[in-house]
Amino acid sequence: MTFIPRDFSHTVFKKGRAAIVAAALAASTAIVPSGTALAQDGQTITAVMHSGLRVLDPIITTAHITRNHGYMIYDVLIAMDDQFQVHPQMAEFDVSDDGLTYTFTLRDGLTFHDGEPVTAADAVASLQRWGERDSGGQLIFDVTESLEASDDKTITWTLTEPFAPLLDVVGKQSAVPPFIMPARVAETPSSEAVTDYTGSGPFVFVEEEFEPGVSVTYAKFEDYVPRDEPANWMAGGKIVNVDTVRWVTMPDVQTAMNALVSGEIDYLEQTQIDLLPILEASPDVVTEVRDPLGFQTMGRMNFKHAPFDNEQIRQAALMAMGQEAVLATLVGNPDFYDQCGAIFGCGTPLATETGAETLTSGGDPEGARALLEEAGYDGTPVVLMQPTDVTTLTAQPVVVAQQLRDAGFTVDMQAMDWQTLVTRRASQSAPSEGGWNIFFTNWAIPEINTPIVNPMVNGRGDDAWFGWPEDEPLEELRAEFIAAGTPEAQAEVADRIQAHVIDVVNYVPLGQYLTVQARRTNLVDMIQSPVPVFWQIDKSE
Amino acid sequence: MLGYIIRRILAVIPVMVIVAIFVFLLLRLTPGDPAAIIAGDSATPAQIQRIRESLGLADPLHIQFITWMGQLAQGDLGTSIISNQPVTRLIGQRIWPTLQIGTLTIILSVLIAVPLGVLAAWRHRTWADYAVMTFSVLGFSIPVFVIGYIFIKIFAIDLRWLPVQGYTPPGQDLQAFFTRAVLPCLTLATIYIALIARMTRASLLEVLGEDYVRTARAKGVKEHVVLFRHALRNAAVPIMTIIGTGFALLISGVVVTESVFNIPGIGRLTVDAILARDYPVIQAMILLTSAIYVFINLLIDISYTFFDPRIRY
Repeated sequence: MTFIPRDFSHTVFKKGRAAIVAAALAASTAIVPSGTALAQDGQTITAVMHSGLRVLDPIITTAHITRNHGYMIYDVLIAMDDQFQVHPQMAEFDVSDDGLTYTFTLRDGLTFHDGEPVTAADAVASLQRWGERDSGGQLIFDVTESLEASDDKTITWTLTEPFAPLLDVVGKQSAVPPFIMPARVAETPSSEAVTDYTGSGPFVFVEEEFEPGVSVTYAKFEDYVPRDEPANWMAGGKIVNVDTVRWVTMPDVQTAMNALVSGEIDYLEQTQIDLLPILEASPDVVTEVRDPLGFQTMGRMNFKHAPFDNEQIRQAALMAMGQEAVLATLVGNPDFYDQCGAIFGCGTPLATETGAETLTSGGDPEGARALLEEAGYDGTPVVLMQPTDVTTLTAQPVVVAQQLRDAGFTVDMQAMDWQTLVTRRASQSAPSEGGWNIFFTNWAIPEINTPIVNPMVNGRGDDAWFGWPEDEPLEELRAEFIAAGTPEAQAEVADRIQAHVIDVVNYVPLGQYLTVQARRTNLVDMIQSPVPVFWQIDKSE
Repeated sequence: MLGYIIRRILAVIPVMVIVAIFVFLLLRLTPGDPAAIIAGDSATPAQIQRIRESLGLADPLHIQFITWMGQLAQGDLGTSIISNQPVTRLIGQRIWPTLQIGTLTIILSVLIAVPLGVLAAWRHRTWADYAVMTFSVLGFSIPVFVIGYIFIKIFAIDLRWLPVQGYTPPGQDLQAFFTRAVLPCLTLATIYIALIARMTRASLLEVLGEDYVRTARAKGVKEHVVLFRHALRNAAVPIMTIIGTGFALLISGVVVTESVFNIPGIGRLTVDAILARDYPVIQAMILLTSAIYVFINLLIDISYTFFDPRIRY
């Protein structure tokens, strides 16, 4: 069993959790006896993932399982390492001195699974489709003068004004990375799912064996040419050491754990924290934290309707909330969560916790009550939506509802399934007519780690994320961030965005938690990364 | 008889049409939006609306209904909104595990339950009767997932005789199919054995009190002939009813057992489709389930004529 020791956890969140976890992963792989032969051929990894794969188009959806599928069969132009640095993957890149022209040059040997070479025209079509779907991509295309294939290998992207974080956005690993597809596939409208699953990534999708929600099979792409650099997060060489990877879905966690212990499967992407002792008791199983950053859980209020259309009442609500109670109820074991007031996630380059002191110190119900009185709160019920069928989202509403009540709010907590919530949160009607006031969700940290990718940090009213804040100063700050030319300047603007977001209560970060994966001990050299990847990993006999 | 069967089959058509209308409207009145589910958490309302339009979900309800009925008339169950796969393909992939496990379960249940029920009736108010009835009560009372976990713990984890989970098609590996089918079939059979044994006992007790049974015994007919030829055959009608209904229940999906043993059957397909608001799949599954019930009821009715010559259609 490999955990991040509790004593280190908070420090690691802030300074370098990655190193500790990498060391832990390396140490755990040493359990395999020395001299064990590692198979190079005929090996299959059977993995139980966090969810069943149903949607196959990684551009149309932000579902993590579909993103993970995307990394199996597609490749990306550039990719990010564990220090949030962008590296060439399919293409080398160059930026002009004025910051207006980006040139990407495809490396040699890139071919699609159907044997056709990858060309610049394929990359251009793929980027254009991605730009219609991804919020960061849309911002880049807002300032794009042209995006064209100068020749078979060269993509030239010309902007009307500098967009400093362009490489970070194109190289991001979540939620919608710009996967490169053949031009004929990328010409599919971005509102329709693709039906041709030809990629150029390290694995080939075996379509005839695909059973939606049940299993998906990937075969090693023999013609894939990996980079020479060592693999690091999504960057570096994607060397495949097994012949086949099969993802299977097991809706029952207990069954999946039993199957891992008995050796029927090799890998379990997520385990339940309270069931860990079962796995710890098995000498053939290793449990560990693969993703050192984990997830941020957060609450979002509706700016359109009372009472949260009033900034002072939103501030009172934030003041009423304390992260520790939420996280303790949600996760239970303090080894796997940390209080964190950073809207961009602790452990990321832009993380600061400015303004979040009450959140990380248990809340201030008395202060919240006084502020609520000052704001003239008239007892309007807060319609709080509680999903009952997603285990990682059932605790937050219950705890926050009580915290709000303790501060003097009238709370109407309404239980529903997640899909009903997803539909209802899109409604701008009054809460009494099918609308809402507050809901909660979770984000993988790479989905929120900059003002460009973070969906909540958007003040464009009806065009913003659910809750629809109209926030001109926030938009100005985002423009400043886009123009900031150095990491130091970006960090300075990000700190002001953090302060502003907390001040106007754009959203409420409720802390950060980790998930634990489990694998058989004969599965070695798995990459530490927010996305579970199946290159580099090897399986002994 | 043939005329009766044809009349019954024709009667299915209005039933299915009513079910189709009801299901279509019920689904559209249920909160939930498949477009929002596909788009994911960070999609904006405008992006969701574009997906909704491309899926035809923004069309007026009557247009959606006419489109669907038109497809149905051509034998096309449509395409899954979520996975973009033809619904017939999805059902084709998932129906076989359910059919196979269901059939094995019901065979196993009948083979065990009918003799137990006969034994309990024959040895009425003896320890054998009490033992069968105690088992029957337990079989009803213990939740199926608890029985499943207990079997997994004993036979798969501790003894390592059988695999924990999974399904292998018999055409691929017959032995693997049976070893993987044992535990789910035993688990499911527990309930059905309890149910059928109880029904067999009750029916047989009633028949054993009839005059013709007493007459047969008085004539010196051997006890096993009295039991199996005279009594059991006359008690068969309610037993067949419960077996048929049980089989229909098994075929229409046993979600918990499919989840515990990770069997990719139509129960899980239906539940997953409901959770994702995958309208074409839900509609097809409800129509299929209705058809299964109608068909099995027809078979049960026909089977009555074999057991009871007095029944004529």
